[in-house]
Amino acid sequence: MDYNLIVPFIPNLRRYARALVGDREGADDLVQDTLERAVRKFHLWRPGDLRAWLFSIMHNVFVNQLKARKTGVHVEIDENALAAPVPTATSVDVLDLQSALLKLPMEQREVVLLIALEDMSYADVSRALGIPIGTVMSRLSRGRERLRGYMAGEVTRTGPLRVIQ
Amino acid sequence: MTEEEDRVEYAAQNAALHRYFDTVMTEPIPARMYMKRPAWIDYARAALLLGVGVALGLAMPWLRPEPPVVSLTPTPLPIRAARAHLVYSPEVRHPVEVDAKDKDHLVKWLSKRLGLQLKVPVLADQGFELLGGRLLPGPEGPVAQFMFQDATGKRLTLYVSKPHPGEQMTAFRFAQDNGVSVFYWIDKDCDYALSGEVDKPTLARVASAVYRQLEP
Repeated sequence: MDYNLIVPFIPNLRRYARALVGDREGADDLVQDTLERAVRKFHLWRPGDLRAWLFSIMHNVFVNQLKARKTGVHVEIDENALAAPVPTATSVDVLDLQSALLKLPMEQREVVLLIALEDMSYADVSRALGIPIGTVMSRLSRGRERLRGYMAGEVTRTGPLRVIQ
Repeated sequence: MTEEEDRVEYAAQNAALHRYFDTVMTEPIPARMYMKRPAWIDYARAALLLGVGVALGLAMPWLRPEPPVVSLTPTPLPIRAARAHLVYSPEVRHPVEVDAKDKDHLVKWLSKRLGLQLKVPVLADQGFELLGGRLLPGPEGPVAQFMFQDATGKRLTLYVSKPHPGEQMTAFRFAQDNGVSVFYWIDKDCDYALSGEVDKPTLARVASAVYRQLEP
């Protein structure tokens, strides 16, 4: 395989991973694992949208990392990376964008970031995450709503957000 | 909230996300992410290429490297003389092939073999008597070695051969090899080297006597 095909997508993968995971180390580990898996599985890639294929691999790796944490298997993930950090804003009811993102459920966070940050189409997101387009759209609108709420400091109807005083 | 408001709001979200995370795009990519193909592929390729190379080389004799050409520079005269001295002078029972008793025969035999009219110097004044002589192999064929001995049993050897082509005529020269002192000179017809494990002045004295007697 030609690794040079993948290299141009590394900056995008890193940006997405940073927003998804929240810290630099954990995000770059996710990218690294994704690249390694992509190299191993490259023979499975059929010419088409390489970007969507890489993001689908990253999705799988990310899900596996979360599963590994849940089942107590020790993996090299910064413990703080996936937990919602304590908001730093105190006086104002505005959350740091990163903190707000981390408060979103993982499924919504992925969809919001792939569309709002990576400019992917619904169809590409549907392929990358392995979910129907309808699910993409509903997760997107719920995710965007929540994000708006967090950024505005609202306590949303759907989220178990701890109120910041 | 209207659709229009939603669009504005979402565009603002997109812009905020880009503002916040686009800097990651321009961060230098960690070196570890420039992955190589698995190492074993490189090793396998190297082994394969090596195998092909060896097979080609074996299949085509003209690709084989030529055996190294060793240039055989003749050993210099004083070294040859010193080595011969070291080999034969310690001999107790067979220091020479032909004893000084048969001096006439010895000189005739060696002269014939070397193709030269040899003369044996008389070194009684220097305290040395002829013990005898022998025939040796040299780079240009036969070499004559005469052996002398003084009252204390100290031995000198005179090494005489035909000069080999390209050898420069030299006057008296001194050399040392493995503790053996050698005075040597090369004239038109003959190489001479007088060797002994004696001090330089003693050897010089004897050598000049030899030189005087042998030069016409």
